[in-house]
Amino acid sequence: MARYDRAITVFSPDGHLFQVEYALEAVRKGNAAVGVRGTDTIVLAVEKKSTPKLQDSRSVRKIVNLDDHIALACAGLKADARVLINRARIECQSYKLTIEDPVTVEYITRYIAGLQQKYTQSGGVRPFGLSTLIIGFDPHTGTPSLYQTDPSGTFSAWKANATGRNSNSIREFLEKNYKETSGQETVKLAIRALLEVVESGGKNIEVAVMTKEHGLRQLEEAEIDAIVADIEAEKAAAEAAKKAPSTKET
Amino acid sequence: MESVFGLVGKDFGIVAADTSAVHSILVHKTNEDKIMVLDSHKLMGASGETGDRAQFTEYIQKNVSLYQFRNGIPLTTAAAANFTRGELATALRKNPYMVNIILAGYDKETGPSLYFIDYIASLHKLDKAAFGYGSYFALSMMDRHYRRDMTVEEAIELVDKCIMEIRSRLVIAPPNFLIKIVDKDGAREFAWRESIKDAPVSTAA
Repeated sequence: MARYDRAITVFSPDGHLFQVEYALEAVRKGNAAVGVRGTDTIVLAVEKKSTPKLQDSRSVRKIVNLDDHIALACAGLKADARVLINRARIECQSYKLTIEDPVTVEYITRYIAGLQQKYTQSGGVRPFGLSTLIIGFDPHTGTPSLYQTDPSGTFSAWKANATGRNSNSIREFLEKNYKETSGQETVKLAIRALLEVVESGGKNIEVAVMTKEHGLRQLEEAEIDAIVADIEAEKAAAEAAKKAPSTKET
Repeated sequence: MESVFGLVGKDFGIVAADTSAVHSILVHKTNEDKIMVLDSHKLMGASGETGDRAQFTEYIQKNVSLYQFRNGIPLTTAAAANFTRGELATALRKNPYMVNIILAGYDKETGPSLYFIDYIASLHKLDKAAFGYGSYFALSMMDRHYRRDMTVEEAIELVDKCIMEIRSRLVIAPPNFLIKIVDKDGAREFAWRESIKDAPVSTAA
């Protein structure tokens, strides 16, 4: 086995590309990221691991925009992310320059996934160690989309998804609790999903909301705290409602 | 016979350009927009070779957007002007762009500014500037009437005076002009000055 995980251009006898799978491991160690698609709103929420006291938290933005109508969050190697994001931003402008139209979400996802795939089939390079969640509105039809790419270069569209640390638990939660939402309900669903694995509180979560009219808006810590408080109150009320009928029986 | 000119007022910048698209003796259209909105607070009026004009100004606009996405803040007008000049200078000794540019912008910290950039990559920061045969008339009018602290109304009056001179004194004068303004509220179209309207295209019955 050890002989088949050196160069990524080498398949193992049972059909694995070990370097790509190790890259997926790197993603599993990265911070949790959640994306939820609503009817008129798309939300990205990312875990903020404890910021060192002296670090200026504003310089560490985990949710970035690629164009006026497209945003991206990722889990994994942040330095690799910088390179990929830069290439994607250039492609967004370059496409607009030649085609005179903004990119569709699918196009830029395909571009990023294509880049990630290139690095799984070249000599002397390693794959990008990150998975991305890409959100945006189609520039012509206005339909919202959420896509995910991973180090192998595959991509697909999702109604809601998670990547990074504990993504399986978050995805389970989303599968159980997903329904078509809009506006603030979509934001709440995304934050509730992330709170399954992240310590609650505005300073541990970064949330950004995208709408057709206003583009991407990063939520302030105070706003997030307020929504978290709402969610906790709803949870407490649900717990109380569950307990209440049984006490009546005594 | 293209004319582009601009001036800076108290807290705004104005760029005016003719709107004729001409090929040899044929006028393709009389409502061509030659003043590109680079970003929320910058205007780039350009004259010269039609293909170069469209290509170069769009290229600059996309690079200005890219800078903003990469860095989270917009370019200053001075930075955009120097970048534009740099691109013209690099291409000059290989494959020159035949485009003359008046760049006007508004920065929160420094207020309005105007830059004159010609096709051989000269760059001058000025209060008033003009290109083309119309410049003989526009510059003279502006030299006579311009003051540093003009209001929008006074500046538009001056722009209209320049347009009047160009219309009456230039042998093949462009019939229509477009005026755009940039101030703290952003860059936008201000007014058209039309003496000929393109006939509306009738649809087949």
